[in-house]
Amino acid sequence: MSIKRVLGASTALTLCSAAAFAQDTTITIATVNNGDMIRMQSYTDTFTEQTGIAVEWVTLEENVLRQRVTTDITTNGGQFDIMTIGMYETPIWGANDWLIPLNDLSEDYDAEDILPAMRNGLSHDGTLYAAPFYGESSMVMYRTDLMEQAGLEMPQAPTWEFIREAAAAMDDPENDINGICLRGKAGWGEGGAFITVTGNSFGARWFDEDWTAQFDQPEWNEALTFFVNLMNDYGPEGYATNGFNENLSLFQQGKCGMWIDATVAASFVTNPTDSTVADSVGFALAPNKEGIDKRSNWLWAWALAIPAGTQKEDAAKQFIEWATSKEYIELVAANEGWANVPPGARTSLYETPEYQEVPFAAMTLESIKAADPNNPTVDPVPYVGIQFVAIPEFAGIATQVSQEFSAVYAGQQSVDEALEKAQAITTEEMEAAGY
Amino acid sequence: MARAVSTQRKALNTTVAWTIGLLIFFPILWTILTSFKTEAQAIASPPIFIGFDWTLENYAVVQERSNYMRFLWNSVIIAGGSTILGIIIAVPAAWSMAFVPSKRTKDILLWMLSTKMLPAVGVLYPIYLLFIQMGLLDSRAGLVVVLMLINLPIIVWMLYTYFREIPGEILEAARMDGASLREELLYILTPMAVPGIASTLLLNFILAWNEAFWTLNLTAVDAAPLTAFIASYSSPEGLFFAKLSAASTMAIAPILILGWFSQKQLVRGLTFGAVK
Repeated sequence: MSIKRVLGASTALTLCSAAAFAQDTTITIATVNNGDMIRMQSYTDTFTEQTGIAVEWVTLEENVLRQRVTTDITTNGGQFDIMTIGMYETPIWGANDWLIPLNDLSEDYDAEDILPAMRNGLSHDGTLYAAPFYGESSMVMYRTDLMEQAGLEMPQAPTWEFIREAAAAMDDPENDINGICLRGKAGWGEGGAFITVTGNSFGARWFDEDWTAQFDQPEWNEALTFFVNLMNDYGPEGYATNGFNENLSLFQQGKCGMWIDATVAASFVTNPTDSTVADSVGFALAPNKEGIDKRSNWLWAWALAIPAGTQKEDAAKQFIEWATSKEYIELVAANEGWANVPPGARTSLYETPEYQEVPFAAMTLESIKAADPNNPTVDPVPYVGIQFVAIPEFAGIATQVSQEFSAVYAGQQSVDEALEKAQAITTEEMEAAGY
Repeated sequence: MARAVSTQRKALNTTVAWTIGLLIFFPILWTILTSFKTEAQAIASPPIFIGFDWTLENYAVVQERSNYMRFLWNSVIIAGGSTILGIIIAVPAAWSMAFVPSKRTKDILLWMLSTKMLPAVGVLYPIYLLFIQMGLLDSRAGLVVVLMLINLPIIVWMLYTYFREIPGEILEAARMDGASLREELLYILTPMAVPGIASTLLLNFILAWNEAFWTLNLTAVDAAPLTAFIASYSSPEGLFFAKLSAASTMAIAPILILGWFSQKQLVRGLTFGAVK
């Protein structure tokens, strides 16, 4: 037997064993239910065909998922090999060594291509702990037809004063059109996120450098008063309970002149199947108060991370490399068009000529670039995060604070009362946490 | 002697009963209707109730995306298993409390009920850690035990109430005729309490079927029941109301049908002992 044959036989044997091993491997992924994630699930077979690794999905609503994966990771339960987590959890979990670092991804993967803002937000001490599947900022989406009727032109970077003026001009209660629709729903990720970035754009901040709550400062009073007046005058009735979905529904039905929310909504409002105003939507950067150099746009990413308790690290890494790769984006583009690829994660996507033609692509990138999680406010802060503060205590505190703010939107208390309570809640919780 | 009821009074009673019934059923009806709409129609304001284009697309999408039968089977096993196990434990317990009460029986009953007041999330971590150590995470056996324990106070209370309505003398007579304890429970007590046991079974089956805290937190893939199936269609970022409604309709359909067919037993059981 020649050496060639021996080598050939042993190579074939090795490949067979590797394939057999891979066939036996099944990874479990916990994820959220949204358009991009569902689309990814439908392409899982392609991944399995390429690698022999089977994939089981556990899809849950965002808040349920957060509770579920937090329980599992803190107890080292090992139920999931990959978790879909956000920019809030990643640095905190990374710091606790609950996640496996992703610094050793292959060269083909081109980790340097990940948008710097996303990379920073998903790292702790320079180590990447989660790979962004898609990223988003927030921006103004407005009705170009109504704007034209009002005789106004939306600047690329509007101020809050202009937004108020435009809302007044487009507001038409007789025809069931609200000048503006914004989130008022209680919850740190809903209305809490929006009022936090609004605060940033008025010069407010959650904490000073000594972790002292700042709700007793005039900037917060100004921001909250402006928001409440704007929405009371030109917003939809019952806006205190409106979140992303409620506003999306209103905008798609042509009942909002403007909507400031996640950039990912752009593909929904321009989709003619669901939106009655698909062909008359314009985009602009999220507003700021005149003279304040921080805009009210946030930064968020849904990212894939590997919990430290997994027994299938290699298979999990293979999946993450596949799902967040340039090839995956091309696969989706080839089958479903460039408007449906996961946005906001890779620089190269925005350099692709076909994607540059998508109406909301440029503004999405501009909005993401304008967001800096390390310097989110006018005055310095000791925390990272724009619409959140990346400390474990934040979710609980911000949910309570946003409930107080929602009570203002519902007309149950005054701005002063809500801010006083917010200050007391935050101070008490932070002291209890040892800050 | 039955009291004479005027026709007017009867009509009024019927109208009120139907109105209350429809009000209670309305959310389910709306869910079912929404499941046949497109996503755009599902969010229309004002809502469309009848004049929409009926579509089965949502059901097709849900069928394609999820393995409904696996979730359904898990629900049947978990709800059925926990209910049966609960009854097996609760019948002797309720017998003892009803027929051979001690000084502390009432206190024990109240204490058992008080365990229902503990927020489930308060014991999530201890139970999760126990499940890890015992290898019970994402297993139907683990959930059967947990849901049985959660519903046990209700089962015991219900059975205790029914057993109290059965004259103790009958059991005494059986004992004098030489019946053993097992025979007394199986051949004398149980047949007499069948309506009560049936309604307890059904009510606890429904409670276990709808339980969404433990079934979501202790399962992943293998043991996930229909509550996890519904949760996978809820989304804070994107409109999936029609699909969510289709998933909900598919999840409640079996229990709705079961309830419909057993409503006579349920009403009989729930009013057992009300009229002497």
